[in-house]
Amino acid sequence: MDSSTVATPAASTAAAEPVLEARDLVKRYGDREALAGVSLAAARGERVAIIGPNGAGKTTLLSILAGIQRPDSGSVSRAPREVGWVPQQAALYGKLTVAENLRLFARLERRPDVEESVSRMLDQTDLRERANDQVATLSGGNRQRVNIAIGLLSAPAVLLLDEPSAALDPRQRERLWKFIGVLAAEGTTVVFSTHNVQEAERYAQQLVVLADGERLFGGSPRDLEGVVGASELDFESAFVAFLRQRGH
Amino acid sequence: MRWLLIKDLQILRRSPLLVALLVLYPIVLAVLIGFAISRGPDKPAVAFLNQVPESANTISLGGEEVDASQYADTLFQSVDPVRVASREEAVQKVEDGDVLGALIIPPDITQKLQSGTGSATIEVLYNADDPAKRRFVEDTINSQVQKANAALTRRFSEVAVGYLDLISTGGQFSFLGQTIDILGLERAEALLADAREELPESSPARAQIDQVIEFARLARENLGLSDEVLASVGAPIRVDATVIEGGPTSLSSFAVAIAVTVSLMFVTLLLAAGTLALEREENAFRRLVRGLISRTALLAEKVALAAGCSLMVALLMLVGLALFVDLEWARFPLWLVALGAGALAFAAMGVAIGAVTREVRAASLLAFMVSLPIAFLALVPSGAVSGGMYGLIQVISRLFPFKATLDALNVALNDSGTMLVPLLNLAALVVAFGLIGRLALRRFA
Repeated sequence: MDSSTVATPAASTAAAEPVLEARDLVKRYGDREALAGVSLAAARGERVAIIGPNGAGKTTLLSILAGIQRPDSGSVSRAPREVGWVPQQAALYGKLTVAENLRLFARLERRPDVEESVSRMLDQTDLRERANDQVATLSGGNRQRVNIAIGLLSAPAVLLLDEPSAALDPRQRERLWKFIGVLAAEGTTVVFSTHNVQEAERYAQQLVVLADGERLFGGSPRDLEGVVGASELDFESAFVAFLRQRGH
Repeated sequence: MRWLLIKDLQILRRSPLLVALLVLYPIVLAVLIGFAISRGPDKPAVAFLNQVPESANTISLGGEEVDASQYADTLFQSVDPVRVASREEAVQKVEDGDVLGALIIPPDITQKLQSGTGSATIEVLYNADDPAKRRFVEDTINSQVQKANAALTRRFSEVAVGYLDLISTGGQFSFLGQTIDILGLERAEALLADAREELPESSPARAQIDQVIEFARLARENLGLSDEVLASVGAPIRVDATVIEGGPTSLSSFAVAIAVTVSLMFVTLLLAAGTLALEREENAFRRLVRGLISRTALLAEKVALAAGCSLMVALLMLVGLALFVDLEWARFPLWLVALGAGALAFAAMGVAIGAVTREVRAASLLAFMVSLPIAFLALVPSGAVSGGMYGLIQVISRLFPFKATLDALNVALNDSGTMLVPLLNLAALVVAFGLIGRLALRRFA
């Protein structure tokens, strides 16, 4: 699946009312400042990519948005229960089946109709045929789909994904991005972190570039290329040039 | 929390190897410990060479024939004799490890015993490669030789008392096939008294005869005490044992208490630590604690799961052991209280271990590493180490649930004191380990 098959964004960053807003987030680990006053806003149906070199603070930012960590200062507009979260490594019970995993988390999420939620996610993630398979027997791609399905059980307005394509082969990645595109088209705001800047360019409408805990850039991929001012470079080269320009 | 509990039980049900290990390993361990403590060591095999000719087995003591070979039976109560034909064969068997030691009775032992001019000596050979075996053989043989000595001394004393009776009251004495009539002090005193009466009142011999009569009377009266004196020589020290502390616990029921406590400890610790570590190993922990369930509730769920499962295993084990060991079924409610309190304390310790480790294998390893020394320390008896060291061991033992659980279960099984102190100890440990687990989850999440 290429970018043309990804659904059209439901809203643009500037115009729409943000459904998720983080202001001046600061997080320190001892003397090290993992986040230094990072802000972010995402509109309904928008796909936001958080990119940056290793140790930039991507996972820390997502963890704070997901409510796993508390910031030392700053605020997040949505409570953790209102945000779906998909960790980088599948957070599933290998000895349980796909359906049992979904059922367990639906119950813990206190879904009003557990079986309906499970059925909906099995359909949405195209896993109905594997519903009774133990998760430990699934491929990495299918496991990631279950991982995402659990994040979506409560039908959250915002879905956070930490490096969602990191362990997937190209075919699995394509299916993943198609799935995320559909989600966004249906109005779910998707915020994801990635090391793969080309994926960010193809599938995100807004980029947030972090380095050493600082937000260096916020805008569309084209805006980033414009900032670098070298139109002959591909996006990855432009991104590297941008980091160099900013001393990283 | 209910759904997490069901989830954990589902996972356990689908891990038959883990369940088998969790249940079978402690049971096998417990049964081995129980046997080791309740049975004591088997009789050690000892090579036995008796060089005394059969005709010389009998000692003649004061006209009585005493069969010395019957005193060897005392020795064989504690050793398994392997009869050998020569000293060389005995040495070879010790060297080959066929026997732990060898006992050689020299041919002149009965003569020496009969002569009474010196101690008879028996020879003991053993292999000192293994200090523990050496000590065991030494202690066993020394102990049994002491018993044989005591038995022989009693026999000698009986013969000596017979001689003294003869001197005191007179009678027949057989020697070299001839019967000799012994006058005895009593009759001598009477004869002297008769002779005195026949002397004139003024005879100076009367005073001399009075002296001899007085001597005979005093000698006879004092010889009357000789049997008691000789009895005390035969057994100068007797044991009058009084239990100062502890109850009427039999060795076998104490072994049951130890075996069940060990099982309870392993099952609970491994389950609690393992299931909590599994949440992190499966990466589910962070997903759970971001609003689905609190960390405290998660810990409580693991404590409940581990304590519940291990309580069932321990009760089953206790019921099974009750078939072989006499346990009072009327005390079943107390068994439940003791095991329940112990299971909760072990589970709290287990979640503390599970909270500081990130994966199941590390949690299991840490649980073993911590629990084994604690169990061994708690079993060190008073007097085995110096007073200061024992005090330190007691303090350390009270910081972990093994000792308190063992004490509580011992009371529950044997009515050997109060259960209040161990229960309070366990309650404090539940709180302390629960807090450690909660803090560790916060620190390491």
